[in-house]
Amino acid sequence: MCLNETPVLQVRNFTLRYGSGCPACGERLEKNRCALCGSVWAANDLSLDVYPGEVLGIVGESGSGKTTLMRSLYFDFTPTFGLALLRDYQEGRKNIWEASAADRRMIKNRIMGMVYQNPILGLRMNHSTASNIAEKLIAAGSRNAGQMTERARGLLESVEIMTSRMGEAPRNFSGGMQQRVQISKALANNPALLLLDEVTTGLDLSVQARVLDLIRKIKAEYGISILLVSHDLAVVRMLADRTIVMLDGKIAESGLTDQILEDPQHAYTQQLVHSLI
Amino acid sequence: MEILRVSDLGKDFYLHEPGLEIKSCHNINLTLRRGEFIGIVGLSGAGKSTILKCINRSCLPTRGEIWYDSALFGKINLVSASEREILYLRRHEIGYVSQFLNVMPRTTAKAHVMNALLLSAADMKTAEADAKEMLSYFRLPENLWNLYPATFSGGERLRLNLAHAMVKKPRLLLLDEPTAALDNKTKRLVRDILQKLKGPDTGMIGIFHDIAFMEGVCDQVFNISNGAFAS
Repeated sequence: MCLNETPVLQVRNFTLRYGSGCPACGERLEKNRCALCGSVWAANDLSLDVYPGEVLGIVGESGSGKTTLMRSLYFDFTPTFGLALLRDYQEGRKNIWEASAADRRMIKNRIMGMVYQNPILGLRMNHSTASNIAEKLIAAGSRNAGQMTERARGLLESVEIMTSRMGEAPRNFSGGMQQRVQISKALANNPALLLLDEVTTGLDLSVQARVLDLIRKIKAEYGISILLVSHDLAVVRMLADRTIVMLDGKIAESGLTDQILEDPQHAYTQQLVHSLI
Repeated sequence: MEILRVSDLGKDFYLHEPGLEIKSCHNINLTLRRGEFIGIVGLSGAGKSTILKCINRSCLPTRGEIWYDSALFGKINLVSASEREILYLRRHEIGYVSQFLNVMPRTTAKAHVMNALLLSAADMKTAEADAKEMLSYFRLPENLWNLYPATFSGGERLRLNLAHAMVKKPRLLLLDEPTAALDNKTKRLVRDILQKLKGPDTGMIGIFHDIAFMEGVCDQVFNISNGAFAS
């Protein structure tokens, strides 16, 4: 690890407001809602850095803006304002939210991988598992069917999906398997940054352990940077090097993960940690 | 040669819900030289673990300075070091061992030790060889190496923790009550291991309830009472 390293991702002042706003919008907020016009500030002035090879955890209650951040980074939502720089896009000099449609596709296919909480958003449920992965490979320029099949086979083996089932559509798979197919699809083009949005939510304990183990292996073997959103503090404790705690669209607190859990400073973080079973 | 100097360290915890400030430790001063072992003793709640957690930066000190002599950074104040610097030091130079084992699910004892090396960019082959050597050194039976540690006894867990911390050959080793909840035979084994670990390269600070067991191992002993070192 070199300490004058360039962050893989830098986000500055990211804000996403739902509603048309008003001249004094945001000056008087009730939680994250403007008391004057009712606009909702889903994300409000967020800034963060993700460094090479690190897992940055994001925790917070429902509606705190975690998924808004992740999906905005993957171009599903358009920010109201803010800046996001990727080390591997224009050498970190151009805001990805101002990129052309072609550049956005390139970023999604080559630089970032996304795993959604709901696999329906990340997979084509009626196409074969191999086709789901091939779609990513084709988007990044692959054309050789044999090579793509081999790549799909390797990726599915690494996420412990039987390759004899690669011809089946993900709709036939369990929730845990669908998450693992999503992960293999996200890894298809060796991205520098992986966005994981509540990947273990709703999975039973043994499947959850398998997915956590897989993420740990990805971190150790591929050295990919990971932005990990989770409700589950135990998941964040195991995987994240640093953690951000979000509340009402803002960052309440950030720090080393064990420091956040051992010595939380913010009232909300203390409440969250004290709620741990 | 000095490896760690703690000056006027103090830590208060503020709990928002009852609006309560808890003073944990204050006016803590100590100097650890290379190859030295400092023992800290005191009653439960006296503030022993807080001192180690402040050095490890699991807790944010309220006052004072902690100067560590790093191989990479030179003299660095752990209180004001960046999070990335602390992460680097934890991966390469500072080991922290507690009586609790924090292992990823589905991770075997050997893989747990190997992970410590893989995080510091070692290759798989070297990591495996070093992990095996360390597990043998700490006398963890070979038939346990490929098992999940959830079922290990207290002594086995501790030895695994020590192997995990020591495999990266830390310059500074922090031991947070490593002998708590162990029987006398295992405590003696730990003492022997710590005695063997004492060498010119590693400085160690350990917290113990029962300092008698550590007789002959510690170079300095501090007794903490009501958050401060008693004279």
